[in-house]
Amino acid sequence: MSRFGKDKKKVVTPISTASLPDVVFMLLFFFMVTSVLREVNMIVDLRVPTADQVKKLEEKSLVSYIYIGKPVNVKVFGTIPRIQLNDAFAEPDQIRDFIAQKRELLNEFERNKMTVSLKIDKKTEMGIVSDVKQELRKASALKINYSTFEGDVIQALSGR
Amino acid sequence: MARARRQLQQINAGSMADIAFLLLIFFLVSSTMDTDMGIVRKLPPMPDEKQQQKDEVKVKERNIFVVLVNRNNQLLVEGELMDIKDLREKTKEFISNPNNDPNLPAKELIEVNYFGPIEVTKAHVISLQNDRGTSYEMYIAVQNELAAAYNELRDELATYKFGMEYSDLSGEGEVDERQKAIDEIYPMKISEAEPKNVGGI
Repeated sequence: MSRFGKDKKKVVTPISTASLPDVVFMLLFFFMVTSVLREVNMIVDLRVPTADQVKKLEEKSLVSYIYIGKPVNVKVFGTIPRIQLNDAFAEPDQIRDFIAQKRELLNEFERNKMTVSLKIDKKTEMGIVSDVKQELRKASALKINYSTFEGDVIQALSGR
Repeated sequence: MARARRQLQQINAGSMADIAFLLLIFFLVSSTMDTDMGIVRKLPPMPDEKQQQKDEVKVKERNIFVVLVNRNNQLLVEGELMDIKDLREKTKEFISNPNNDPNLPAKELIEVNYFGPIEVTKAHVISLQNDRGTSYEMYIAVQNELAAAYNELRDELATYKFGMEYSDLSGEGEVDERQKAIDEIYPMKISEAEPKNVGGI
């Protein structure tokens, strides 16, 4: 009998949790390395259109973003689509400074690879978009990307 | 003295996991994993003042494919009202001109790597014009269909010649000689008109 009693006592060794922090830290580092911090506070509301001839944008460090859409705070800023650069509303003529400033941050050999990603709400009218494109040409930021969702175009258009 | 010499107690590392979890959750929430995708385009450089006047290049009527989009998002292609669904096929027909139609762009015989002498519609231009009131969604749809026409033609040719799709011919971010050859046969020529201030917003 006494033999059995001894055995039962041995079973309750607790699992060591000493390696738990290591595991969690590993996950943490994984996310820190792979993630890009959200750079700006969105002050315009936008839903990009759909397209199927899309390419992925590589090298996020070379990409600058220009947002166009209706202001989130409609009561204060109205419903006319506005341009957002960094964290503030902007006028088209400010784009040149914005591009110059972004270009300054890049290494010299990477400057000609700079891409401007246009995130534009699909209900925006082309007038403001043309103005922005014209400014980008003046700033000679010629590589652009019309940001879109991936999906069927015709379906998206007729589904309005 | 005796107290100071007392053996240092081990620091309890049990809360380490909690701290790490907290940081982990912070990064999970604040990070965006989404990859940005879209239609890549190259804008034409701004013309110089002097260049502007004499830069009126004459292109033959048959070589131009005019796509107009008005403020009601209606499409006028080569003078005809068209649905966006038919744009892709029409564009493909224009670019390749398979039957040597005299109303479609003229073909020229050029020498291309891998293909040898081949007839291509070298001088064709697709001219896209839109109104200031056109919706961005429609504009992207048109851009997409035009790009799709090129991509489909290139894919067809690549599959026929090399047994692979155009995009599979090269590795990530590299340009393959075979792709260059196909680009020579189907060069992407989409021209956007200088915006005109007609009505304003």
